Amino acid sequence: MMKIFLGNEMSRYRKLLAGGVFAMVFAGAVMAEENQRDPYEGFNRSMFAVNEVIDKLATKPLAQIYDKAAPLPVKAGTGNFFGNVGDLWIGSNNALQGKFGDAGVDIGRLLINSTVGIFGLFDVASELGLEKHEEDFGQTMAVWGVGGGGYLFWPVIGPRTLRDTAGWFIDSYGDPVWRTRPVSVRNSLLTLRFIDIRASLLPADKVVEEAALDKYAYIRDAYLQRRRNQIFDGRPPRLDD
Amino acid sequence: MMKKIIALIFATLVAATAQAQETPDVLIKQVTEDVLEIVRNDKDIQSGNTQKAIDLVDKKVLPHFDFLHMTALALGKDWRKATPQQQQQLTTEFKTLLVRTYSNALTGYKNQKVVYKPFKMNAGETDVLVRTEVLQPGSKAIQLDYSLEKKESGWKVYDVTVAGISLVTNYRDQFAQEVRNGGVDGLIATVAAKNKSLESNLAKAEKK
Repeated sequence: MMKIFLGNEMSRYRKLLAGGVFAMVFAGAVMAEENQRDPYEGFNRSMFAVNEVIDKLATKPLAQIYDKAAPLPVKAGTGNFFGNVGDLWIGSNNALQGKFGDAGVDIGRLLINSTVGIFGLFDVASELGLEKHEEDFGQTMAVWGVGGGGYLFWPVIGPRTLRDTAGWFIDSYGDPVWRTRPVSVRNSLLTLRFIDIRASLLPADKVVEEAALDKYAYIRDAYLQRRRNQIFDGRPPRLDD
Repeated sequence: MMKKIIALIFATLVAATAQAQETPDVLIKQVTEDVLEIVRNDKDIQSGNTQKAIDLVDKKVLPHFDFLHMTALALGKDWRKATPQQQQQLTTEFKTLLVRTYSNALTGYKNQKVVYKPFKMNAGETDVLVRTEVLQPGSKAIQLDYSLEKKESGWKVYDVTVAGISLVTNYRDQFAQEVRNGGVDGLIATVAAKNKSLESNLAKAEKK
């Protein structure tokens, strides 16, 4: 019951966000820029606070239960399964960025893992040396020259720049999980993936709590650094000190 | 007898020179494998004994880190405005905070393996990046890179980047914010207070 509820909410939320993004673009134009990288800081901080509550009351407890209940092979299988499902879209994005060699690797991964890896439950391709890539449409747009367009924090979805929020919508159309029917199965899959991802982040919670002077700013800056790293495929040019 | 002594002196000299000329990638590999070997055999650290992990980091890792450089990097432009005394105080507090964070990561050890990426360096280079990757059963590999600078006392790490996130420059905006609010002294006080609260959490956890 819980699963279906969460999935449905996520779907409705996605539509709501679409309207929100366009509103933000206009609002941003009239807002004074305090921090150039975080022009909507006031809005973001309140969304961050909302998310902290959702996480504390719902997401984190569910993730902890999942983390405790599921044995390691199940968790690995779940992660591998969703990873495999994503490889086709990752490959498409690599091709759109002109990285055809990488795209070939992604398609090879999909073929091997879907067959030898039993519907993607085992990541045989990685063991064979076909490295998993991390690509999405936000990165593709960045490679095409679209700027980040300000940082945003969304409840549940988490940090995204304006560009990456738009990318996230496109991703959901290229994502087999979002296109799964019937809707009840889609919702269960969305929820399972969401909880699996949150569970994988549990060890990071403690580090962030202990390391951050300001948790909001720590997560924002970590996200922006990480995105930059992803866009440059792990080798970003050095910034001047 | 004399021959033996001369041979010994010579051998020591050769060893000392080898140490000084140790390349940064070899240094990172040695320290990493050293630390992992200890953690692998230490059930206390694996079961979350932070204090023991901190002691290990103090002994094995810290000699190869340059915290003054790290703190300067985290503070950015404001570093030059700080007095030498403030720089020293901030470095001490920031070091405590980083060591704790890093040590805590060690207590999460679960059979990870570290892979060392190919490294090449031009002659005379004094600032390099050593790239590694942490492999973990059941999850994606995590990129873990070290920036090192050549000092008189050998190569020193001044930044650690995890999955593209620099543990040092990630503080830049937070530090700048604190300096805007309360000056450098305000920043020192904030970091010190953070360390104190972590200290008391640790003491509480130990009692349990």
